Amino acid sequence: MHLAISHVSHRYAGTEVLSDIDFSVGAGEIVCVIGPSGCGKSTLLRLVGGLERPTSGTVYEVGDPPAHSLNPLTYIFQDFALLPWRTVAGNVELALEDHRLPKAERAAIVADVLARTKLLDFADAYPRQISGGMKQRVAIARALSVNPAVMLMDEPLSALDSQTRELLMDDLVDLWTRERFASLYITHNLAEAVRLGHRIVVLSRRPGRIRDIVTVDIELSERKNRAAELGAVQQRLWNLMRDEAMAADMELTDV
Amino acid sequence: MSDATLPLSPAEPAQPAVPAGARPVPYRGGGFSTRPIRFVAPLVFVVLIGLWELGSDTGFISPIVLPAPSEAFAAFWQLLVSGMLFKHLEASLWRLVIGWTCGTILGVSVGLMIGLFSVARASLSPLVNAIFPIPKIALLPLFVIWFGIGEGSKVATILFGVFFPTVIATYGGVDNVDRTLVRMGQSFGLSWWSIVRKIIIPGALPAIFSGFRISVSIAIILLVAAEMIGAEYGIGAYILLAGSLMATDQLIAGVAILSVLGLTMAWLIGLAERHFLRWRT
Repeated sequence: MHLAISHVSHRYAGTEVLSDIDFSVGAGEIVCVIGPSGCGKSTLLRLVGGLERPTSGTVYEVGDPPAHSLNPLTYIFQDFALLPWRTVAGNVELALEDHRLPKAERAAIVADVLARTKLLDFADAYPRQISGGMKQRVAIARALSVNPAVMLMDEPLSALDSQTRELLMDDLVDLWTRERFASLYITHNLAEAVRLGHRIVVLSRRPGRIRDIVTVDIELSERKNRAAELGAVQQRLWNLMRDEAMAADMELTDV
Repeated sequence: MSDATLPLSPAEPAQPAVPAGARPVPYRGGGFSTRPIRFVAPLVFVVLIGLWELGSDTGFISPIVLPAPSEAFAAFWQLLVSGMLFKHLEASLWRLVIGWTCGTILGVSVGLMIGLFSVARASLSPLVNAIFPIPKIALLPLFVIWFGIGEGSKVATILFGVFFPTVIATYGGVDNVDRTLVRMGQSFGLSWWSIVRKIIIPGALPAIFSGFRISVSIAIILLVAAEMIGAEYGIGAYILLAGSLMATDQLIAGVAILSVLGLTMAWLIGLAERHFLRWRT
């Protein structure tokens, strides 16, 4: 299954936030979206996952989701969105409870995704007891448990400190190498975009329009060792964005 | 800079050299934070009652103004051995438990409705806000006409008194539930009822429990008021009778029982809170 975003525009109370966004996310492909703050990146993600309706244009699911997918479009949120009153295992289980699964199968899925995200030792801990990085791993485990076709990631590493971010980026690369999931990955961090994105969509400031789509032709697993090439791509992205970011910085934000 | 880890770090000088004209930075922090001190509360209690007893014994406090604690205790003892204490307590606790429980169930239900449905909010919340500040004691005569002079009017007074603060606490709690959690629930395809049950209600629970603490105190206050009219038994009735007979020793004993009742309720709610909100820090 893949996603096709077709001529999507969106406005909030008269203010246009997204204008004619048109691109697709292929199977097993990570597409990063970058842009200056307030360019509608997060809005785009909500539109894609059906949490909001676009003013015009449509987001299409093309083809059938994988056979065992319980929730084809699955989000990972910036602030983790874990229920503080549930343990790590309970939080993962939440995503499965509304699907009619035998108890044993549900427990098996929870154990499996916790093992895949190296969280088994923390299964009975509450969110307040674990670090930010661990919390985001729980959210990733929860997303994996429903076997998504496309992961919709909303700045998943932005709430973490830079060391943890580095660790989780490696985890995501490992995970992608094993699972080949497709993802629409929103970020404002250019380093993340060049490390994780097969293609990088650069948005302009509000109203967000596609300025450019940059393809990075280096295997994800090799990127760590090719810093120079990535640096060049990152510089190119920054050149595309700098003026927009500066202008966005000067805007009054009373929308 | 961690000099300690360097192998060649010089030996610590015995007297650190103070440069000429140097003074230590004055300390300006501290304060504005309290720490728990044990045994102080009981001590204050004991000292206060001791002084009171001493004042009464020496005649400094006239028995007409305030009876000695020992007299109040004697009145309490009298109540206990005559078996009347349990009769009064039983009557009061029934009214309290039924009134509070029904008021809480109704209050939480209406609060959830106001929190969840726009129509309920638009129609009920102004009504709640209009009736909440009315002292329910003022309505007691009406309740007597509506629900009879027996248990009905007494339970109704407590029920109404408990209902409104519970409604307000509940919908305030629902309003404060983190919307990203709700959106997360929707994004995983959870049903509406699942989201209410697993996200909204647990999220509103801390606020609901704060509401309980207030509503229990209100229930005890209203208990005494409700027992003013046509009650044979009950702590409130006992206090009011003692008051009208100027039996101040019995009055103090009754008030002390109410205070203990309130403390017990608060303690029970604390226990429930610790159980249901154990996920909190």
